[in-house]
Amino acid sequence: MTDASLPEPRHARSLKDVDARTNRRNRAEARFRAYGIAAVSIGLVFLVVLLGAILINGVGAFQQTFVNVPVYLDPAKLDKNGERNIEDIKKVSTFGYNPLVENALLETVQASGADTELDSAAEMKKLLSASAAAQIRDTVIANPELIGQTVEFRLLAASRVDGYLKGRVKREDVTRDKNIDVAHLDLTDKLHDAGVITKGFNLAFITGADASESRPEQAGLGVSMLGSFFMMLVVLGLSLPIGVAASIYLEEFAPQNRFTDLIEVNISNLAAVPSIVFGILGLAAFIQFAHLPQSAPLVGGLTLTLMTLPTIVISTRASLKSVPPSIRDAALGVGASKMQAVFHHVLPMAMPGILTGTIIGLAQALGETAPLLLIGMVGYIATNAPDGLASGFLDPNSAMPAQIFEWAKRADPAYYERAWGGIIILLVFLMTMNIIAIILRRRFERRW
Amino acid sequence: MPATWIVLLVLALAVTGYVLGRSRALKSAGGDSRNLHSLPRYYGAHVLLMTLVPALGALALWVILQPLIVDNAISAGLPDSAIPEASTRGLVMSDVRRVADGLDLAVSEGTISAEDAASLRPEFNNIRDRLGEVGVALGSDVSAPVLKAAQEYRRASSTASLLMTITVLAIALLGFGYALSRTNGEFRARNVVESGIKALLVAAASIAILTTLGIVLSLIFNTLEFFKLYPAWDFFFGTTWSPSFGGGSELGILPLLWGTFYISLIALAVAVPIGLFSAVYLSEYAPRRIRSIAKPLLEVLAGIPTIVYGLFALLTVGPLLLKVFGDGGLDWMQAGTAVMTAGLVMGIMLIPFVSSLSDDIINAVPQAMRDGSYGLGATKSETVRQVILPAALPGIVGAILLAASRAIGETMIVVLGAGAAARLSMNPFDAMTTVTAKIVSQLTGDADFASPEALVAFALGMTLFVITLGLNVFALYIVRKYREQYE
Repeated sequence: MTDASLPEPRHARSLKDVDARTNRRNRAEARFRAYGIAAVSIGLVFLVVLLGAILINGVGAFQQTFVNVPVYLDPAKLDKNGERNIEDIKKVSTFGYNPLVENALLETVQASGADTELDSAAEMKKLLSASAAAQIRDTVIANPELIGQTVEFRLLAASRVDGYLKGRVKREDVTRDKNIDVAHLDLTDKLHDAGVITKGFNLAFITGADASESRPEQAGLGVSMLGSFFMMLVVLGLSLPIGVAASIYLEEFAPQNRFTDLIEVNISNLAAVPSIVFGILGLAAFIQFAHLPQSAPLVGGLTLTLMTLPTIVISTRASLKSVPPSIRDAALGVGASKMQAVFHHVLPMAMPGILTGTIIGLAQALGETAPLLLIGMVGYIATNAPDGLASGFLDPNSAMPAQIFEWAKRADPAYYERAWGGIIILLVFLMTMNIIAIILRRRFERRW
Repeated sequence: MPATWIVLLVLALAVTGYVLGRSRALKSAGGDSRNLHSLPRYYGAHVLLMTLVPALGALALWVILQPLIVDNAISAGLPDSAIPEASTRGLVMSDVRRVADGLDLAVSEGTISAEDAASLRPEFNNIRDRLGEVGVALGSDVSAPVLKAAQEYRRASSTASLLMTITVLAIALLGFGYALSRTNGEFRARNVVESGIKALLVAAASIAILTTLGIVLSLIFNTLEFFKLYPAWDFFFGTTWSPSFGGGSELGILPLLWGTFYISLIALAVAVPIGLFSAVYLSEYAPRRIRSIAKPLLEVLAGIPTIVYGLFALLTVGPLLLKVFGDGGLDWMQAGTAVMTAGLVMGIMLIPFVSSLSDDIINAVPQAMRDGSYGLGATKSETVRQVILPAALPGIVGAILLAASRAIGETMIVVLGAGAAARLSMNPFDAMTTVTAKIVSQLTGDADFASPEALVAFALGMTLFVITLGLNVFALYIVRKYREQYE
């Protein structure tokens, strides 16, 4: 007979006392949780930094420095015959206006009482944008009756002066700058105090055209906004009907066969093809093969349509699928044909979802840049606003993201500010579209 | 007649057809629509579709084919002697087209009369100056055969346009008449209209196939053209990339592929841990309120256009890295544009991509598996690491592969942030370049489309397309296979 003995209990103490192993496990648990929180926070910090960088760098583009100068529009120079004939007035080029600008600026500086080392009016004129003479000329040609009067002009300041007042250009930077000297900056300070140089809201940045490389103060996003608008018209006009038709077929009518499979595989693969490949397709198909004009918003729109179609098809199919079969059965039950059931009942009910998907697809297309580079919507200066439907679709133009890219590539850092500002405008558009999509979804989407 | 007018005419005819078809059907039923097979509007729609669809289809086909056929005919008629030594038939043909367009413009502006344009002769008239007046700049004087071909071109085009107008209108009228003649009370208009609409739906769905076909064809033809001018072996295995438009370029893809993979690797090294941990935290730990705020905020990162990230890399991240690793700091970095800059920013862009895909996959793991693990006494993190992640692994691998294909195809960030020098280097602070960036730079110059330096972009595009397609198909295969396990 052996002594049967109970095994010793492993824990000779209370469960409430935590042992080392449990401690370790709990610490691991806390660590793991902290990693998760850290990951989410890092993501959010990136978002904040990105948006912060955009705002800090871009807000300056919405402010512009102006020089307020009363200019005497000398009839002896602008209209030698004195007949106020518009053709005669147009013959005077911007060079003819330069002396007027120089005189006016000199007088203004003297009147303001600011003393300066700059001795000549030609030197002082470096405070002004090179576009000043053209600005006056445009006003005179629009209102010839102003000749002979002294008119108060709000002329654009040169980009260096603008940058100095915004803090972008520092005093120590200008020693190597051949466009401007420290003396100019001294004068700028004095004129700023005297109220001759003022900062104001820069409407021209939102409505204006692009300018040449040397005049960043004049560049605006307006023309390329129109280019984007016409492109979006093409995208909306083509991708919505085609996308909806394709989804209706695939979701409601398509039999299960090879052809249907082929289409479905194609659509899901097209959604993942890099956008630059669509650019190559646009270049080869629309420009090389079909000889459509380069840089035209029509070509950009067609290329973006092909890119947006898969997005729209995928979201439209999802919203068609969410309409319960009972709706179709009820329609068929009262004698509707299959086509009638779809077009009279299913489609209207899926419409909010379809529109939401379409808006999101459009927002994607609006921000897309890479394909536009290949069909030639960069590399030149988009200065002419389209003057009609045909010219809007067919004349060379830029688009918002392409214009931003163009500015980012230019050498003058003053253009970087414009690029950031352009991004603010682009993001405002995208945000508006997305908010509309969210509201549509919240208000109209039905859940069964 | 310009195409717009033809379209408007056909549209007007179609609308008339709708009204006529409807009233004719009603009349044949004695004004009582109950005696008709279909609703009256189907009879109208029948005439409308029969007028519109075949005519517009023919118009579209004609507009696409006419320039090709005319081009070929004129090109064949161009004598070999008309082609200068240094030139090609294609270049001469583009001259011919330009002269023809110039003549069209001059006639429409009234500086040259229509008869003159058809009978101009280079010996007597200075064509170049006269076209210059209307804003058509020609590179050289117009030779006699080119002018003759241009006049031939104009004649053929105008004949073809006239033929097109007649054909399209005839087809519209035929459709109109045929549909109207079939309209009576017995005719099953609805069935015909519905099968017509169904055919249109199928056509719309086929556009996806056509797009893929277009991509593949445009890539293949131009790539083959490129390999005729440049040996394929040197392209795929060359280690130097130095295009020069003067000739004598070395176009090896290896440095570009290396740059692409290096940048993608850094991007994934940023995006995968952050994205994965965020997904785990948001789906397993986070209270509902935090989840409902943090998830959409993270997804905002995915909605920001890539040009914004590109600018962020070029102007914010690049200078920042340069300050730390550049001249004043560790001295590893020469310029703000580098593999690291582009990789980091691309990583930020991919975070929401990885996190929302992994989130879906983690949520698809059945609750029973979690409950089983908790029941055995595992902590949350042990459950995640030892049960959920292994179960979700194939899906997560799929998500990472999709993110990788996104990174490889990304263009704007690398164009702005990675630099332009193609080199094989291990230093992540060196400037390198990628396949996509070189596609952009080779196709945005003023290069002639027929030169190997421009055509190489299509070969690069083909490589990119094949790689990303392969990754996507593989990823979808993995994801799909995994999903079947739990359904």
